[in-house]
Amino acid sequence: MLIIDCEKCIGCGVCEAECAFGAISVQDGCAVVDDNCTLCGSCVESCEVEALLIEEGAVQVQADINDWSGIWVFAESRHGKIAEVSYELLGVGRKLANQRGVQLSAVLLGSGVTESAPTLIAAGADKIYLGDDSTLGQYREDIYGNVLEFLIKKEKPEVILAGATAIGRSFIPMVANNLGAGLTADCTGLAIRAEDGMLLQTRPAFGGNIMATIECPHTRPQMATVRPKVMQPLMPDLERQGEVVSLSIPDRLLESQVKVLENVLEEHNQVNIQEIEVLVAGGRGVESEKGFKLVKELADELGGAVAASRAAVDSGWIPYAHQVGQTGKTVCPKLYIACGISGAIQHAVGMQSAETIVAINRDKNAPIFNIASCGIVGDLFEIMPLLTKKIRENKAL
Amino acid sequence: MDYLLSEEEQMIKDTAREITEEKIIPLRAELDEKNEFPTVILEDMAKADLFSIFVPEEYGGLGGGCFEIVLALEELARGCVGVATSFAASALGIFPVLIAGNEEMKQKYMPDIASGKRWAAFGLTEANAGSDASGIQTTAVLDGDEWVLNGTKQWITNGGESQIYTIIALTDPSKGARGASIFVVEDGDPGFSYGKKEDKMGIRSSATRELILKDCRIPKDRLVGRKGTGFITVMKTLDISRPGIASLGVGLGQAALDEAVVYAKQRVQFGKPIISFQAVQHMLADMATQLEAARSLVYAAARHIDANPKNMSKPSSMCKVFATDMAMKVTTDAVQVLGGYGYMKEYPVEKMMRDAKILQIYEGTNQIQRNVIGQELNKEYI
Amino acid sequence: MNIIVCIKQVPDAKDVRLDPKTNTLAREGVESIMNPFDRHALEEGVRLKETHGGQVTALSMGPPQAESVLREAISCGADQGVLVSDRAFAGADTWATSYTLRKAIEASGEFDLILCGKQAIDGDTAQVGPGLAGQMKLPFVTCVQKIRNLDDGIIQVERMMDDGFDVLELPVPALLTVVKDINDPRVPSLKGKMKAKKATIKILSAADIGAEEQCIGLAGSPTRVVNVFTPAPRGDRKMFTGSLEEQVDQLVDQLRSYL
Repeated sequence: MLIIDCEKCIGCGVCEAECAFGAISVQDGCAVVDDNCTLCGSCVESCEVEALLIEEGAVQVQADINDWSGIWVFAESRHGKIAEVSYELLGVGRKLANQRGVQLSAVLLGSGVTESAPTLIAAGADKIYLGDDSTLGQYREDIYGNVLEFLIKKEKPEVILAGATAIGRSFIPMVANNLGAGLTADCTGLAIRAEDGMLLQTRPAFGGNIMATIECPHTRPQMATVRPKVMQPLMPDLERQGEVVSLSIPDRLLESQVKVLENVLEEHNQVNIQEIEVLVAGGRGVESEKGFKLVKELADELGGAVAASRAAVDSGWIPYAHQVGQTGKTVCPKLYIACGISGAIQHAVGMQSAETIVAINRDKNAPIFNIASCGIVGDLFEIMPLLTKKIRENKAL
Repeated sequence: MDYLLSEEEQMIKDTAREITEEKIIPLRAELDEKNEFPTVILEDMAKADLFSIFVPEEYGGLGGGCFEIVLALEELARGCVGVATSFAASALGIFPVLIAGNEEMKQKYMPDIASGKRWAAFGLTEANAGSDASGIQTTAVLDGDEWVLNGTKQWITNGGESQIYTIIALTDPSKGARGASIFVVEDGDPGFSYGKKEDKMGIRSSATRELILKDCRIPKDRLVGRKGTGFITVMKTLDISRPGIASLGVGLGQAALDEAVVYAKQRVQFGKPIISFQAVQHMLADMATQLEAARSLVYAAARHIDANPKNMSKPSSMCKVFATDMAMKVTTDAVQVLGGYGYMKEYPVEKMMRDAKILQIYEGTNQIQRNVIGQELNKEYI
Repeated sequence: MNIIVCIKQVPDAKDVRLDPKTNTLAREGVESIMNPFDRHALEEGVRLKETHGGQVTALSMGPPQAESVLREAISCGADQGVLVSDRAFAGADTWATSYTLRKAIEASGEFDLILCGKQAIDGDTAQVGPGLAGQMKLPFVTCVQKIRNLDDGIIQVERMMDDGFDVLELPVPALLTVVKDINDPRVPSLKGKMKAKKATIKILSAADIGAEEQCIGLAGSPTRVVNVFTPAPRGDRKMFTGSLEEQVDQLVDQLRSYL
């Protein structure tokens, strides 16, 4: 509950202006809160006379909170191949583990994944929990969840990191829920607070216009999914030593209610735009399916992939898998070239954390130029072929 | 301007606008380029109950009239006049049944029209009967329990896409206009087929096609109203439908004005947005004024017609002439405001200008409308 | 076939603007809308009802004014709306939200299928759907792009993956979260709007659903927001000058490190 002390409140209205949910109004010289309050706490911080207070009520602190130790990474693999994000997680996990003075472990589940275990050790892991079983060859929410939950309860790690991928974001929330653990989605920053060793998880809200730092004060494990391409993998060190623990998984954990009938690989989907370093994106200004040829040519020349705005996807010029933005994917490439994309906030939230943003647009007032690192105002049908050609010539040099 | 719409009227306007924004605008350029009929969008309109607005409540409709159609068409035309025309043509096609059909016939067709399960089309025009509708040559002869129709209808909107057609044919050629009757012909009737599909300058998403009646045999009860009253029903139908065409002009004009103002605020020349130049301001001011005048006249005419007065031809023709001439002017000026960009397909005003032209031509050319107004004036002043 | 669709009211992103002076979100005049992904979940529920019969219940947790999204859901084909609303829910994170929704569903009777949008556009966590499935011990699949078949208590779906899609079968009752690709939602119908205007939305409090105090709201949330800040803005953008060709040359120069 938000408690407002009318003795202290001077009715200045600062908290009213600060409240993002319109939950506070000043009535008769004192702030009043209504049902819209989400207890976000921004008013408490804004109040200069300390008239506001959030009263939490009784919170149960997990009894064995100090028994949990070690940093874990869920090493995602699909069709036997380790996902790139797993190495990135080991990179950041290594730092966290060193700071905490604990082990870094990776959980590797799948079929025929045993031979991949050493690459995880080379990437920073001290210990691999290996579940190599034909049943785990096909990803299913329930059995992956069962196995991870079982393992966590047994080993009690303090932190679990997973990639914010289709797989990570589907079963990790269920595991967190079953453990009563806190989970932060799609983190872009992770740190250990020196005083108490708490994991500080930073994630963008409103597509990066605001950042929020989150902690789990009363429960363990502390869980987070981490956005791909944000964390740095370590240089593989083939000399590194580590332990591989082969799991004996009770059969009941491998009984799934979900049957996989088929895996369909789609050619246009072969590249996951969230894992690509260079993206060339087309929007309404590209005008047609044919227009996307120019986008593709430039992307190919740069060794990148094609992305698109919602307008282009809705017009049927390119499949949904390529859509960047609020109702599409959030990407974080090194280079993002936006062609004929106005850059409305719905698109911007999906790409503005890219390292370099290049905008090509006919309208010099398009909002995309406000977030671009550099740009050209003009006809993209003239600019793009020229750019593709010049890049080709440049590479030849 | 606030036209003090009732809650239900506002609801109709809002629903049509949602269809326009979510379903029509994302597809309009592609439909235009491919000359493709908007089947999916008409299905969306059906789900949103738009086809029920002009159907009486006893047949599953919402019981609205000309004004409700005007509100819906105005919003649809903001998105695409081609798509809006396909909707309007279905209403036009079923009006003769609503006006002159017997109870049995209404029971048979109106519920399907209201739910949008079936669409209609109106078959009047022929190669030699355009502005002069009395020149029609299609005939209908009673043979036992069946009518046998022969003839070819031309430029029929929704031809080949609708399931229900109201066809005007001569049942007594010797009596000329007094010898015409209206029949319902259904898709799949023996001897009924579709001819050439036209490739048009504008409203390219609407289907315009020939209807071929070759010894087309239909049951006796498909005659709409009494034999020989066809032309009276046709005139009444057009009186009611013309404000709808006028409202297409209003919606289109509004869309063009919106594009022009937004562009004029963004486009910078000589260091300033072009809207700060009086030459542009005056153009926009004239566009907005003519548009609002047209809207007022169309709304007033539609409400007048819904009161079911004796004479509705004059206001009906007046609003059609004024609003569609306005649409031609405003879309042309919108292209002018956008300059070179306006002439390019990348911007929507080019299509709007192409679409506007048909409004001055179909459902009675604007010259014919002026004739009607003139004749009415002649009658009024004795 | 009784279907529950979970719906969240969110601020409309198209109204959200950055205040250029303070670099904070300007929220004035921001309208509330139905979370876009939830519209797809609702449409799928209504389509299933149209084919298989049954009832669609729209369920939302939120402040009293979230009632409006439930009315919108009814205008789009839902049969009834249930709003779980209580000051005690304030500050709930995804765990406490999943718990609250479970209690509300348990208080509302039998169902065959729960449909959720993949994620809400304000929080972007995508955690409540799977969390709710965990709470209810239901089989679930996230990111469903197509329901292929529903027959004899078995539902066959396509799950969108990063490299294509998987075809899966699972028994109902089950929970699915859906992506945009699954359908093209209808606009609210006129008759639906009239029905929605008259409909009574059932409002459930914490006591009505028998929620335990220590499991809801801030107290029931394992996570705490400790800091909210605005990231440093990007440096000044560089605009090129000269002829188009010269500008392209400068751009290529700029991109050299990526070649």
